[in-house]
Formats: sequence, structure tokens, C-alpha cells
Amino acid sequence: MSSGTPAVVVDRLTKRFDEFTAVDGITLTIGRGEVVGFIGPNGAGKSTTLRMLCGLLTPTAGQATVAGYDVAREPEKVRQNIGYMSQKFSLYGDLTVRENLRFFAGIYRVRREDLGSRMDFAIRMAGLEGREDVQVTTLAGGWKQRLALGCAILHRPPILFLDEPTSGVEPEARRRFWDLIHDLAADGVTILVSTHYMDEAEYCNRIALINQGRLIALGTPRELKGSRLGGQLVEIACAPLGKALARMSAAPGVLDAAIFGDKLHVVMAEGGLDLAGLRQALADGGIQVGEARAVRPSLEDVFVRIVTRKQDAPGAAA
Amino acid sequence: MYERIAVMLMKEFLQLKRDRWAKFRLVVPLLIQMLVFGYAATFTVHHVATTVLDLDRSQASRALVSHFVASSRFQVVDWAQNQAQVTRDINEGRAVIAIVIHAGFAKDLENGQQAPLQVIVDGTNSNTALIALSYISQIVGLFSQDQAPAMLRTAASAAVPAVSISLEPRPWFNDDLNERWFFIPGVIGTITLLQVVSLTAFAVVREREVGTLEQIMVSPIRPVEFILGKTVPFFLIGLGDVALVSAFGILWFRVPFIGSPLVMFAGTVLFLLAAVSLGLLLSTFSRTQQQAFALNFFFVNPLFILSGFAFPIAAMPAWLQGVTVVNPLRYFLVVIRAVFLKGVGFPALWPDLGAMALLASVMLAASILRFHKSLD
Repeated sequence: MSSGTPAVVVDRLTKRFDEFTAVDGITLTIGRGEVVGFIGPNGAGKSTTLRMLCGLLTPTAGQATVAGYDVAREPEKVRQNIGYMSQKFSLYGDLTVRENLRFFAGIYRVRREDLGSRMDFAIRMAGLEGREDVQVTTLAGGWKQRLALGCAILHRPPILFLDEPTSGVEPEARRRFWDLIHDLAADGVTILVSTHYMDEAEYCNRIALINQGRLIALGTPRELKGSRLGGQLVEIACAPLGKALARMSAAPGVLDAAIFGDKLHVVMAEGGLDLAGLRQALADGGIQVGEARAVRPSLEDVFVRIVTRKQDAPGAAA
Repeated sequence: MYERIAVMLMKEFLQLKRDRWAKFRLVVPLLIQMLVFGYAATFTVHHVATTVLDLDRSQASRALVSHFVASSRFQVVDWAQNQAQVTRDINEGRAVIAIVIHAGFAKDLENGQQAPLQVIVDGTNSNTALIALSYISQIVGLFSQDQAPAMLRTAASAAVPAVSISLEPRPWFNDDLNERWFFIPGVIGTITLLQVVSLTAFAVVREREVGTLEQIMVSPIRPVEFILGKTVPFFLIGLGDVALVSAFGILWFRVPFIGSPLVMFAGTVLFLLAAVSLGLLLSTFSRTQQQAFALNFFFVNPLFILSGFAFPIAAMPAWLQGVTVVNPLRYFLVVIRAVFLKGVGFPALWPDLGAMALLASVMLAASILRFHKSLD
């Protein structure tokens, strides 16, 4: 792969299973050393896209090149250049840490003289020093995930596809995992990582929001949060929430309203109601209103906003 | 290529070593099945429950009955007093056979006339009934011979000299028609097939189910490397199986092994290739272990019944005989029985060896074609 070519080029990539369209015309280019997050709910098409990029699934339409090789026509060339962690934990639980590493090193034909240093690196990276001879099944979730990452990078692939690597892992371990991802990216590894944890999206250079098989937004976290909402976000503590939501959705100048935990998030258009007007509108509906303040939007706000806008106006540009 | 196969083999054997039950599962069921088949699979009939109704009460009738009593084949469980009691004994399952000697039996014999003897057999188990009937005719035949001198005396004036034809059966290869000799080699083939097919199928499907298969598929490994790495261990286990149960059959059940070990080895290798290929092929049709189990169950019984293990293929309807052509066990049973009991070699067995080689290559090719490195 020459330094000029992007690591991954996805062009109108589509996958249909019978009548169901799992991935619907996704287009995306990823530069070398970039960390791109695939964000979206379960079933959005993240895994299917990653599997097509690994050559595990054949695209129904469109194309993709990984490390300069077409995934449908040259899957074996693609496989030389990628590391992959599937959604399901997929190491051998009845083998030890070292035996798993040795197995995957052999499968990837890591040269004998490099074997020791690569395995040591993976063990250190995963923080598994002293546990080399422990059966993997006895390890806690975070360690397993880091070992799986270690196995996926033994052959030093320039591109990594990680499919929900942190799902079901405790927060502290998730943070450690993301540190590893950034260390790898600093070494020039390109990483496409899917997650349904919105907070993890903040760690990515760029985010691709995926919903119902479509790419609905693409940009840096800052860009998405800044430009995508189209108005001021207000957080209101009020009760009952359901009634408040119904009232706000119908109120003039309100672009969007959604329940966030025990509060209501409302996106207000420029020049519409101000905070006081908003409180008044709620109080008029017999709703108890507590604190109301303008807040910086999170990615979750952006995601919800974009998804609702799409559903309201089908075919509208994201 | 060798490096990948080597790490696959190493992994399989490590997993086998870790699996504490594996050693038990691999060996104990084989030996138990061998014992069960060796002792239970027999067509010989002993101590058939018999009821006797002697309405003649003569010296001759008592002599006939004593012939039955003397034979270990029959055990008189009831001396019936009338026909109704005979019917009851058979209906209620107390007796499988009833021997009814009508009044006038001795008189008929004395007069040199045919003396009818009524035998009632419970035909529910047609096999036992047939075998018991053949014993009865043997015993009655012996009885007639005993009576013959007396008859000759009374019929001394007969002009025609009595010509007796005696058939002397001389079975080859198994002089005593010992069924165990027939069954044990068959058991070796049958249980090896069951074990190797299911081990192979499950090993592949387990990787698919656990997700490790997906992880391997994204690597540059070639299908043939994966398939070899996944089948060679079970091929080796199969060789061990055959050696173990053969030794058991020879040493414990004293089945003779008069053929060439080389022919046996060649047959076993081809048979095991067919078995692992079949297991592999089944695995490509199963996504989960349950599916593999169901598929295994679906195939294994017909393989067994259509192998000639117990039921002669020649007696099957033509279309079913046609089905047996694709059954590797059918050919291996011919080879293993021939090697054990007949001692014949390649000149006689090449068609069966060739058929196994052909089946193995077709199934192996089919499973390599079916095993794409994709999840589509």
C-alpha cells in the first residue's frame, strides 16, 4: 500500500439477504492511521459492512477496496493486510494465552525469528504478563478482549477491523482498550471499529453514523455535535415526562424533543421560544418543571436528532 | 503450508489433551460396544421355552420328548394336559414352542406309517422361530433314525434297498459357523465409522458455533490447509480405534486374524479417509451442533443397516442395494471380514478398496468445494 492511497475505500457498498437490505449503499473513505467509529444501534448493518470488508461476505452491489485490493475479487490479498476481531469472542477457551497466540501466529505465518518478540509484545499489550499459561476461559472479559486484539495484530496488519470489541466489557477495561487502539493508530495502523456505546464515539477521529443499513452522518465528533443539530439544545427536568414530550413535540419553534434518562432534551430553532417561553408552555400543560438549561449536545442527541429527521422526511439528505 | 497444518494439529491435540473426558469418550464406549456386540449379537437359540402335550403317552412319544429335553436348545416349561392349555401357554408367552403328540403316534410308527407330529411356534420373533424350527427338524430327524432299525425289521420284506442320502455341510473359513467371528470384524468397522464421522463433524461445527472459524477464515489460510488440519487428527484417532478394537477382538474374543496386516492397513486407511470426508461433508451442512447431531443421526443408522453388518445386502430389494453402493462401511466390512477370516489379499479385494478410495475422494472434493472461506 503506497502512502498516498487511502486504507479503505467503500463505494456504494450494498448487501441484501433475500428481501432484507442489511447494508444500503454505504460510501466512505478512510485514510491511513485514522480511527473511524461505526456507530449505530444493533442490526444497523455495522457487522455486515465489516464482514464484507474482511471478505467474509460478498457484496450484493457496490465495491470496496482494502489496502488497495478489491474485497470481492482479491479477498486473499485483503486478508494478508487486515486484522479482525469478530463480535463474538473467538479464541480457544481451553487453550492458554500463549497457546492461542502461538496458534494465530502460525496461521498467519509469523516468521520464526519474530515469533518471540511478537508474542511478548501482544502479552505486554494485553497486560497478561504472568498469565501466559492460564487457560483463556478463566480470564475476565477485558483481558479476553485485549488478548483477542493481541492475536489480531500478531502479523502486524496495517488495517484493523474491530467489531464491537468492547461489548459486555466493564467501563475501566473499555477505557484501557481504547488506549490500545490509540497506541496502534499512533503507529500508523488504520482502525475501523464498531460500537453501540455512544461515549466511545468521542475517542474516534471520525464517526460514521449508521442506521438501517445507511450511512446517515459522517464527520469528526466536534463537527457532528456542532452542525448537525440545527438549533439550541435545552435540557429540562420535568414530570410527567411522557406528557411533556407530547406537548413539546407539538410546540412551535421546537425542532425535536426526546427523553434522555429522567430529563427531556429539546432542540429549539433559532428565533423560536426562549427558555422562559418553554417553561411557560410546559406549565400551561399542567407539567411540573424543574431546572431548564442550555447544554452542549452529546453524540447521542445528534444521533437521535438525525434519525428522527430522517424518519419524518424520508429521502432527506443527512 | 506445513506450518499452518502443524499449528492446527498441535491445537487439536492440545484441546484433546485438555478435555479430561475425551480419553474416556474415545476409548470406553468402543470397548463397551465391542463387549456388548461380542456377547449379545448372536443368532444362536438356547433354552427355548417349550410346552409339551403328549396325548399318546407311549414309549415312543416319551422317547421323542426325551430327545427334546436332552437338547439344550429347548427347555420344557410346561406339561400340558389338553389343547386349551397349549394355546394358553403360547398366548401368554409362557412358551414359544409347543410340541403336540397326538394319540396313535406310536401305533403309526409301528405300522411303518407316517406319524404326524404337531409343532406350534410363536412367530412373533420370526428369526428365533425359524431357527428353533430348524433345530426341531434336526431332532426329529435323529429320532427317526433311532426308530429306523425297528422299522427296517418290521419291513424286512421290502424289495427296495433303503438308500439314504446324507448331507455333510462343510463351511469354509468358519468351521463352527461361529457368529461371533462374523460379528466382531463388523463391529470394528461399524463403531469406528460412528466415532470418526461424528468426531469430525462436531469438531468443525463447534468452531463455527464458537466463532473461532470466522476468526480463522479472515486469515490467509487456504481451505485445504484448514481441512487437513481438521481431519488428520481424527484420521489418526480412527487408526488408533481400529488397532484397539481389533486387538480386543483378537485377544479377548479369539477371532482369528489370518490375513495380511498390510491389506488390513490399506483398507483401514481408505475407510478412514471416507469416514473423515463424510464427517466433513456433514459439517458443511450444519451451522450448529444440534443440526450436526440431527444430521449425524439421520445418516448413521441407514449406514449401519445398509452395510451388510447383520442383514445381507443380497436379500435387499434392488433399489436399496443400489443405495448401499455409496456406503463406505459396506466395502470395509467385506475387506475386514475377508482379512480376518479368509486371509485373501489385494487380488480379491481391489474392487472394495477402489470403491472406498473413490467415495473418499468424491466426498473430500465436495467438502472442499463447499467449504468456502465465506459466511454467505
